[in-house]
Amino acid sequence: MKTRYETVIGLEVHVQLTTASKIFCGCSTAFGQSPNSQTCPVCLGLPGALPVLNQEVVNAAIKTGLATNCRIAPYSIFARKNYFYPDLPKGYQISQFELPICEQGWLDISGEELADKRVGITRIHMEEDAGKLLHDSAGGSLVDLNRACTPLLEVVSEPDMRSAAEAIAYLKQLHQIVVYLGVCDGNMEEGSFRCDANVSVRPFGQTEFGIRAEVKNLNSFRFIKQAIDYEVERQIELIEEGGKVVQETRLFDPDAGVTRSMRGKEQAHDYRYFPDPDLLPLEVSDAWIAEIRAALPELPTQKRQRYEEELGLPAYDASVLSAERPLAEYFEALVARHNNPKLCSNWVMGEVLGAIKENDVTISACPVTPELLAGILQRIEDNTISGKIAKTVFSDIWQTGKSADEIIAEKGLKQVTDTGALDAIIDEVIAANPTEVAEYRGGKDKLMGFFVGQVMKASKGKANPGLVNKLLKERLSA
Amino acid sequence: MKITEEDVTYVAGLARLSLTPEELQTMTGQMDAILDYVDKLNELNTDDIVPTAHAVPMANAFRADQVRPSIGVTSALANAPQEVDNCFQVPRVIE
Amino acid sequence: MSASQLTISGLRQEFQEQRTTSVAVTQQCLDRISSTDTELNAFVTRCDEEALKTAAAADTRLKEGAAAALTGIPLGLKDIFNTRGVRTTCGSKILDNYIPVYDATVVERLREQGVVIVGKLNMDEFAMGSSNETSASGAALNPWDPNRVPGGSSGGSAVAVAAGQVVAALGTDTGGSIRQPAAHCGVVGLKPTYGRVSRYGVIAFASSLDQVGPITRNVEDCALLLGAIAGYDHRDSTSVDCPVPDYQASLRDGVAGKKIGLPREYFIEGLDPEVKRAVDAAIEVYRGLGADLVPVSLPHTDYSVACYYLIATAEASSNLARYDGVRFGVRHSSGGGLIDMYQQTRSAGFGAEVKRRIMLGTYALSSGYYDAYYIKAQKVRTLIRQDFIKAFEQVDLLLTPVAPTAAFRIGEKTADPLQMYLSDIFTIPVNLAGTCAMSIPCGFTEAGMPIGLQLIGKPFGEGDILQAAWAFEQATDWHQRQPTNNRKPDENSL
Repeated sequence: MKTRYETVIGLEVHVQLTTASKIFCGCSTAFGQSPNSQTCPVCLGLPGALPVLNQEVVNAAIKTGLATNCRIAPYSIFARKNYFYPDLPKGYQISQFELPICEQGWLDISGEELADKRVGITRIHMEEDAGKLLHDSAGGSLVDLNRACTPLLEVVSEPDMRSAAEAIAYLKQLHQIVVYLGVCDGNMEEGSFRCDANVSVRPFGQTEFGIRAEVKNLNSFRFIKQAIDYEVERQIELIEEGGKVVQETRLFDPDAGVTRSMRGKEQAHDYRYFPDPDLLPLEVSDAWIAEIRAALPELPTQKRQRYEEELGLPAYDASVLSAERPLAEYFEALVARHNNPKLCSNWVMGEVLGAIKENDVTISACPVTPELLAGILQRIEDNTISGKIAKTVFSDIWQTGKSADEIIAEKGLKQVTDTGALDAIIDEVIAANPTEVAEYRGGKDKLMGFFVGQVMKASKGKANPGLVNKLLKERLSA
Repeated sequence: MKITEEDVTYVAGLARLSLTPEELQTMTGQMDAILDYVDKLNELNTDDIVPTAHAVPMANAFRADQVRPSIGVTSALANAPQEVDNCFQVPRVIE
Repeated sequence: MSASQLTISGLRQEFQEQRTTSVAVTQQCLDRISSTDTELNAFVTRCDEEALKTAAAADTRLKEGAAAALTGIPLGLKDIFNTRGVRTTCGSKILDNYIPVYDATVVERLREQGVVIVGKLNMDEFAMGSSNETSASGAALNPWDPNRVPGGSSGGSAVAVAAGQVVAALGTDTGGSIRQPAAHCGVVGLKPTYGRVSRYGVIAFASSLDQVGPITRNVEDCALLLGAIAGYDHRDSTSVDCPVPDYQASLRDGVAGKKIGLPREYFIEGLDPEVKRAVDAAIEVYRGLGADLVPVSLPHTDYSVACYYLIATAEASSNLARYDGVRFGVRHSSGGGLIDMYQQTRSAGFGAEVKRRIMLGTYALSSGYYDAYYIKAQKVRTLIRQDFIKAFEQVDLLLTPVAPTAAFRIGEKTADPLQMYLSDIFTIPVNLAGTCAMSIPCGFTEAGMPIGLQLIGKPFGEGDILQAAWAFEQATDWHQRQPTNNRKPDENSL
């Protein structure tokens, strides 16, 4: 029965910006401070206080708009959204309504088991966050206004997504972009990137949308998927039973994995938006946009493409290495010092990611810097050490911070390429394994691997494997 | 009538004001008279007129993204009708 | 010199010549308040102790030769300005216990100058009123006749200056709230161009219309006080970053050759004949001073009250949402839920006029009515503003009456809000256009009530109107008359 229905999803994402100060006052935006310690007359909504716009918030909005292919409005205004709630100090939220700063953008999504698709972005606007409500033991509610007036971007998509998987792909890409841009820390647990989903279903073939429910409180990709799946199933069941979906706000309960109606709690929405007379219109010149465009970092999609096309990396490598900006920066710094992209990629995706995961450090804190790692790769390519020895060198560098050359010298890890020295070892190996020699000579070619291994072992890994191979062949065929 | 008691009750709800039956009646009458008066604006054709939000045309007032000292929790709560644990306390919000 | 003759310019001279001290004149003001304010009710909060302390500090500063223009001058502030540590009620029960933790920018500027703040002055609740009768502290009374209103909303400020309780005062003007009480009390009041003076820390009524301005005994004081408070403030996005001229220095430039426009729509039926006579006489004074009086038209004047009562109430309905009993102010809650707390707090805390305006503004913004009312009013505002722009292409300033009548009797207009609103017809257009205007005394009715003359200037043309006002003041002696205050309140009108 499920297959008769098509799911339609539109997303509203709140992106908390990483500015040092709040959007309309100079209070700090730092997370987790003691209640009401980061407040002033403006964010407390005291009588007479006035907002002044943080320019960095506008810069962040323009950056995000450009990165999501939006048109940046030359003229936009702030509006007041009027409603009463204890976490909303002024009795209105300063937001943008008519004339937002960014409009008409899009993101291309792709992924395993997903057809490539373009998701439209209706608008991006700037607004202030509300404070926090807690409950106390005495049966009241407590208001902490540290978060009030923290800058947010609201990114509103078109209802273009047709499955939870598409919604997740869109969200992951948006998340990646805002983190790449440095406008958001991306921390979903702390609420820096949170999402409301508008979900509806309709029979396949129907052109008009079904009635939608808005699901709130989605602060992890997993919850978003769960909530959408639950909501789709609920709506289909309802329709199949002859019922009707009502337009309403629903809250996702992560413990129960269900969405619940918030009906009754809210009065009719009549937000009485009007232009905020305390703030001036915002005019963004072409020059301002150009300046920001010029300073935009290369975005993940562009990087992925470049890694494939210019560096010749496989799609998988390109996608892993471009997923996070610090990792991409590490990789690019390495390639800049050692121009063998595939070797670099193998090492970053193998040793480096493995080690940082095992040691629980971030890529930026990786003790084997791109410079040190390039030192290792160089010694592999000039045959000073083998790939295997290189791995020991890597962990020594991790421990000591010394250069590859220092460690190779100290530990005498230089490959043995002296034929005389190798001949002696080969003699020993041949003498010690008469049975295998006979079998080899009898046609069992596979035993070559065994002889190479024995020689490498006897040389403590320092022998040059290519050379050993060549010498062994000569000696055994003699 | 420009406005009914039902409209006035709805608006009072939005504004979080409660009106006694007498107040509702008086308010409806007074608002009706005022709305009747402001209807004179419709004598003017304003089709091609741009609305004025600010009398002095200006744009782009900004502050730099610099943290300035907050006023401190004591000042923040100085006028609080009720406070608990450095927070403003209100009757329980039902979710 | 009696308290009611003190002026800023006069005191500066006396301080300099060490003929008196700030402490002495402050004490003189405090005594005057004590002897007159039981009747006049101009003060909501007195700051005697703090005032004397500040005065003593000012005297030290004066002695050290480190004085600023206003050091040691006793001033009063409308109770709409946030004053750190001093109760600020905005004329409302809802802020009965509110003690600000910060100073408004203008207050900060005055404190830096060493001004002595004597107290907080009575006003209509949240500046919504034209008679001071909506104040939670009861109306201030007109010192010229205690049976009459002082005007509003800065009624207490005009009363205190007229009655010699302070040397000068600050008020705010959203639709005439400085000019109309100044006219009714026979003093000088100036509403600056929108953006000229910071609104930071001034409790908002209608943000796109509110401006702070001086109420003084003469034009020179007005120039001095405006100079002290004007100027860009980074905390107010709508404040304009343009230099503040030396208003006092240009006062004496005269009006010879100046073109003064007489807008025909301000000389209409309904204008009290006594007011008309006084304004006509003022026109002749200007003619005598060499000004060129020319008729002009502000064709949309008649729509300004309707336009104003939509825009001002819409903004107010939102501005007053913060009075919710959560963070400050008087909370009323009988143990019910959150919505009960909101409704009880706001219903008990706001007076009838404030509720009426919140309701009207909420309605004008509500779903389905926004375009018909709010946007329509903003469009008409454009037309009204264009009227002024066109008029100022022809003339340097405009001359009009301040109000259609002199001060009316207490209770006369309280029953009919619309009639009360219409009494602001000559002052409202200036706020909608965002330009500057002032009121100066230009005569008296037969009953002895002062009449005000309004001079309207171009945006940021405060210097022009001050100059014209000073020339008029030199040629007349209306500003020298003082209320005798010997009339007793009527039994039946109180």
